[in-house]
Amino acid sequence: MNALEVTGLAVRTTAGESILDGVSYAVAPGEVLALVGESGSGKTTAGLAALGHFRRGLVSAGGAVTVHPRGGDPVDVLSLDTATRRRLRGSTVAYIPQDPALSLNPALRIGLQIAEVLETHGFPGPVDDRVAEVLEEVGLPTDPAYRRRYPHQLSGGQQQRVGIAMAFACRPAVVVLDEPTTGLDVVTQALVLKTVRALTAEHGVAALYITHDLAVVAEIADRVAVMYHGDIVESGPAEAVLRTPSHAYTRRLLDAVPDPDASVEHPETAEPVLATQGVRVSYGTNVVLRGVDVSVARGECLMLLGESGSGKTTLSQCIAGLTREYTGTVSLAGTGLATSTRQRSDEQRRRIQYVFQSPFSSLNPRKTIAQSIEVPLVRLTSLSRAQRRERVAEMLDRVRLGRALADRLPDQLSGGERQRAAIARALVTTPDVLVCDEVTSALDVSVQATIVELLGELRRELGMAMLFVTHNIALAGEVADRIAVLQGGEIVEEGAVRTVLSSPRHAYTRDLLAATPRL
Amino acid sequence: MTAVELPGTVTQAAPPVRPAGLFRTAWTFPQAKIGTGLTLLVVLIALFGPWLGPVLTGYTTTDFAGKPFKHDGVAGTDGLGRDVLTRFLAGGTTLLLYAVLATALGIALGALLGMVAGYGGGRLDSLLMRGNDVLLSFPQLVIALLAIAVIGPEGWLLVLVIGLTHAPRTARVARQATVAVRENDYIRAAEMYAVPRSRILLREILPNITGPLMVEIGLRLTYSIGYIASLSFLGLGIQPPSADWGLMINENRIALVVQPWGVLLPVLAIAALTVGTNLVADALASAAAGRKREARA
Repeated sequence: MNALEVTGLAVRTTAGESILDGVSYAVAPGEVLALVGESGSGKTTAGLAALGHFRRGLVSAGGAVTVHPRGGDPVDVLSLDTATRRRLRGSTVAYIPQDPALSLNPALRIGLQIAEVLETHGFPGPVDDRVAEVLEEVGLPTDPAYRRRYPHQLSGGQQQRVGIAMAFACRPAVVVLDEPTTGLDVVTQALVLKTVRALTAEHGVAALYITHDLAVVAEIADRVAVMYHGDIVESGPAEAVLRTPSHAYTRRLLDAVPDPDASVEHPETAEPVLATQGVRVSYGTNVVLRGVDVSVARGECLMLLGESGSGKTTLSQCIAGLTREYTGTVSLAGTGLATSTRQRSDEQRRRIQYVFQSPFSSLNPRKTIAQSIEVPLVRLTSLSRAQRRERVAEMLDRVRLGRALADRLPDQLSGGERQRAAIARALVTTPDVLVCDEVTSALDVSVQATIVELLGELRRELGMAMLFVTHNIALAGEVADRIAVLQGGEIVEEGAVRTVLSSPRHAYTRDLLAATPRL
Repeated sequence: MTAVELPGTVTQAAPPVRPAGLFRTAWTFPQAKIGTGLTLLVVLIALFGPWLGPVLTGYTTTDFAGKPFKHDGVAGTDGLGRDVLTRFLAGGTTLLLYAVLATALGIALGALLGMVAGYGGGRLDSLLMRGNDVLLSFPQLVIALLAIAVIGPEGWLLVLVIGLTHAPRTARVARQATVAVRENDYIRAAEMYAVPRSRILLREILPNITGPLMVEIGLRLTYSIGYIASLSFLGLGIQPPSADWGLMINENRIALVVQPWGVLLPVLAIAALTVGTNLVADALASAAAGRKREARA
């Protein structure tokens, strides 16, 4: 018998636009079903329906959601009134949100927050013991001192495990996990996935795992349902769907997953076009970079790998002249650069370009795409207005955006399209070095693939050097010639991609490689 | 790894839908419609009144139309026997003009100060904003009274003093909004291309803080109207024998029981104007906060 059954679920917007069109899926106790799809495919809407929840502006337009509580009669969630539905949530159907930092109350101690869930749902038995028990289950310390901590005193991974503890506290029959590892680094992600896997198997909980990352699916799911445009286009055992996908969309999603074992042949190159010597940054007593030396040769791509807090963004900002508070030198083709970008010459500014992490923040929402891309041309070249417009149009074609999008505002574009526009802005003055700061981390896996591919092509076409900053080691084989691994503000390992991936010398690199999910 | 070419999602040639602007969103709130209606009514009176008055009644604002406090004509006469309706119709123009000028001055100055403080940050920010706090500690009307008592009831002084005292209030709002915008990467991108700071303020920051500034404009306009009318009422604003609403209230309040129109008409007009502009500001604030009215399906 299934713990959760969704049959013929249809959801539309209040304006009448169809979002889900007869979606059906079922999850058995102890089983993990992964709902896979890209942003906008309707996977979150389909998942939240299991909680009887529809986001603002969405209404149910038919179908049934049936939940089988432990030892109780099946309940049709959609026919319940608001109060009963609310009682069901947390006790029978639990939810684990994407960002634990946002879902935990920052003003309440974590022990109290878990106890609150139990008290709200009238947990039979001593609440305190259950809190300790459930903390132990997710692999966290159970001592009173730990329970008295506030969320900000925990790491991201610990916060997410507290979220999981809260969800599992009342021994629910069904848990819905909404991309719970998106914000975590690979090592923590591996730990969280293991915890979820163990808990569902041990307690016979039906888990619905919403994600866009097929590599994660391979790690955790028993069965997979692939969603596309509000429909489930393919479903079946994880092994079968991932090995022998039948639907074209699934095959394309699978192709988009970066392969950590891929490698691209690249010629040996010599003269470094960009180099840093002994770059140190510290804020008060907090040392961010401890004398970093990296160099990128002409036409080469160096991957700067590190987790959040390793100092990789700080280093790339030193190179771009966005931060002034560093010692050491950044040199371009052998010439030392001024620390601040305002003191560098136009020519130096032109030769180093930077693509920011989030395309949602790097484009002025009140400027059209063409206006944004034109800025470097206005500042760094003496082209006439007509020439500038021509260059912008050319560049839009180059990044496969098309001239038609020139006069749109960023809000009218998708995340991937915005990142292309940001790349066009960086490349419009044909730089020698392109610094890419986590350019794919805000994007879906499938969009990530298109951006990485685009960057590779443009690099070959324009013959520029690239510093690719990322936390995702899986991308190494796809983009980079060399890898430099940054940990705690120091380069701990550096070498050719193939050498580092096949025989990592440093323990940290080995951990990263081991934790990276594979298909 | 290969790029995903999705069936059907290849950049659709859908007509680009611009996100609804601030004004369009604000217009979906009922208070925006009521507020605009009230404001428009009073503005029309203020604009066309001076011309309409003599046509309707046959008197100018200073003509002695009859005996004092008589119910001659539509709204009767005042203490000097001048026609109340004519004076009412003519009495809003100066008030509205001064209020608009004072608001424009206050917003321009305040926005500039706030953006410079918010974008500059650090010591400049502290210096500007602490100076601001000192100015904020004086009630606006007290500063205005002081200035007018020293220099005299001049129109330009009225505009200047009210405008200047609006500036620190607007500066706080502008600074707050600027600090939030400054964190965005597009500001850093502009810095990377060494875009001059003045241009960053005007082109990158200003367009992104128009929401809160619009709200400020509505709010400061409301206050300007109130202050100018108050000062006229106290005899420190627009001077007799000019027709002015604030002044009319003062001149005619002694005969409130005998001839209420002389007070009632200007009071209603000022009330409608301040309530109207305030409602519009309110709708703009709600729209800027993104609280879109739920579609009633």
